[in-house]
Amino acid sequence: MEPLLDVKNLTTRFYTQDGVVFAVNGIDFHVNKGETLGIVGESGCGKTVSVLSTMRLIPTPPGKIVSGEVLFEGKELMKMNMDKIRKIRGKKIAMIFQDPMTSLNPVLTINKQISEVLQLHMKMTMKKARNKVIELLDMVGIPEAVDRINDYPHQFSGGMRQRAMIAMALACNPQLIIADEPTTALDVTIQAQVIDIIKKLRDELGTAIIWITHDLGIIAGLADRVNVMYAGYIVETASCKDVYGDPKHPYTLGLLGSIPRLDEIHKKRLTSIEGLPPDLIDMPECCPFVPRCTYRIDKCFKENPKLRTVAPDHRIACWIDIETATKKEVA
Amino acid sequence: MKKDNVLLEVKNLKKYFPITTGIVIQRHVEDVKAVDGISFYVKKGETLGLVGESGCGKTTTGRVILQLERPTAGDILFEGKNLCKMSGEKLRKMRKKMQMIFQDPYASLNPRLMIGDIIGEPLFVHNVAKGKKLKKRVRELLEIVGLNPYFITRYPHEFSGGQRQRIGVARALALNPSFIVCDEPISALDVSIQAQIINLLEDLQNEFNLTYLVIAHDLSVVRHISDRIAVMYLGKLVESTGSVELYKNPQHPYTKALLSAVPIPDPIVEEKRKRIILKGDVPSPVNPPKGCNFNTRCPVVMDICKEEEPEYKETNTEHWVACHRV
Repeated sequence: MEPLLDVKNLTTRFYTQDGVVFAVNGIDFHVNKGETLGIVGESGCGKTVSVLSTMRLIPTPPGKIVSGEVLFEGKELMKMNMDKIRKIRGKKIAMIFQDPMTSLNPVLTINKQISEVLQLHMKMTMKKARNKVIELLDMVGIPEAVDRINDYPHQFSGGMRQRAMIAMALACNPQLIIADEPTTALDVTIQAQVIDIIKKLRDELGTAIIWITHDLGIIAGLADRVNVMYAGYIVETASCKDVYGDPKHPYTLGLLGSIPRLDEIHKKRLTSIEGLPPDLIDMPECCPFVPRCTYRIDKCFKENPKLRTVAPDHRIACWIDIETATKKEVA
Repeated sequence: MKKDNVLLEVKNLKKYFPITTGIVIQRHVEDVKAVDGISFYVKKGETLGLVGESGCGKTTTGRVILQLERPTAGDILFEGKNLCKMSGEKLRKMRKKMQMIFQDPYASLNPRLMIGDIIGEPLFVHNVAKGKKLKKRVRELLEIVGLNPYFITRYPHEFSGGQRQRIGVARALALNPSFIVCDEPISALDVSIQAQIINLLEDLQNEFNLTYLVIAHDLSVVRHISDRIAVMYLGKLVESTGSVELYKNPQHPYTKALLSAVPIPDPIVEEKRKRIILKGDVPSPVNPPKGCNFNTRCPVVMDICKEEEPEYKETNTEHWVACHRV
């Protein structure tokens, strides 16, 4: 089956005064129809830049997509002209951003902002669009949607704003939704509400989702496949169960060991990853994780590993075999 | 409860922030009831976790305990002495024993001061050390929190978030306090750095016999570092008990919902879990609902909940709950 979105060898760099920032370094990933792909990693690892690049939303300059092929429904997005790509953004690929307060326009009503999408892409009249907006707000669980439709974003609470964003993303029945840390700004009980809504709508409408987050907990209950990113590279990609149950990259292993679990009964000391993520301006030739890795061997200092298959549908970018490797102290 | 073992006791603490109108003559119209009558205690050498959603008053509680804000009503007994009745020099002397670690390591360090001056300031202010002795102590502190003593002449902007938080920890430790309020100590940090700070806090507690009040919104983190947990909702405590007991046997519907809403990083566990999804948002602390303040979102609400406020009572040993259902 042909994937819905197929990204190959994507490289994005930012040319700044301080030097070239190697934000995304030749990554491949794909999303199948109706599938949920989780992208996890720490801040600055290139999660957001990689998906923004696929939609060609990188500000140029200073950013530049150096290489890459992005096939969406078999069409190459990288070579499309801006008019054509605008017809895909918002209609076929929609995005939910992290902070709903800064991504909604504060001087327009909720109705105006959501119906804009409908008028533009679906060529609806204002009246028709208004009815559709009410229906959408109802769907995402905003109480008394008819009365709230003419409110401004500041009259909504954080959770309601994020729901309005979801309604906007769903307006044209997109094939793919890119959710960039959609619940990070929300409280846990509100986060549970939002995840619940997205899950329900995904199952009803069969939309594919790319969910970007730094919270490994959220992905566990949501994604089919997971990409773990570090310093602009995908370091591990596998099904959700394999990434959590049988992680093979030292970084994934370290991440899972460093988060406290709610269901732990006996208190264990967390195994933290020592050191800091690398500076993306000054990228080493070797494996980017090597200064923090407890399993490293000599080869790691010489060559940067490419993704290799270690089990069916399970690939890692690492030289060592975690089951047989010995742990060392990091100096 | 053995009295001699208690380091800090908070009794019926209230903190209201007034809302006023008018430019010249400020008329007092309403109050934001940030903390509305809470009582708890912290024993020597233990960690009490205070959890709740944003705006529930947990940070205010921490600040009032250290007398950074004066309470509207209530008593705070630290080593048996009432802090609310102290002021001036007397209070300043008490502050030596209680310190705070702040949430945002980017905002809580003065960008114009060198690290040595930031960490040395409490020593200087309290006349503990000067000159060479002060420098020696600062170097020692840097080493304790896992930083290079050579950093003493650097400025905050030269450090990463995790390193800055270590500087904040070193400053809090400078005066050898017995009690530290940690206000969201790790929420501004990256996942892999969070574990480093949690481990550091745990090591320091063992080494210097510290007592912590950890304020955080992340229940899994709080469960990991706390011996006991108090859950706060809209200015009031709803439940408090040991951290294992809270997970195994939660009594209050809010605690249950909160526990079920926290994701667990394990797909097999997640598949089987049932979520309790609360409806709506947290009401405004200006006009909290009548009766039990959770009644607007409670999945098992009864008629009495809308009329009468439930008593915060001990249902089991060291297990307090405020709910009519219990």
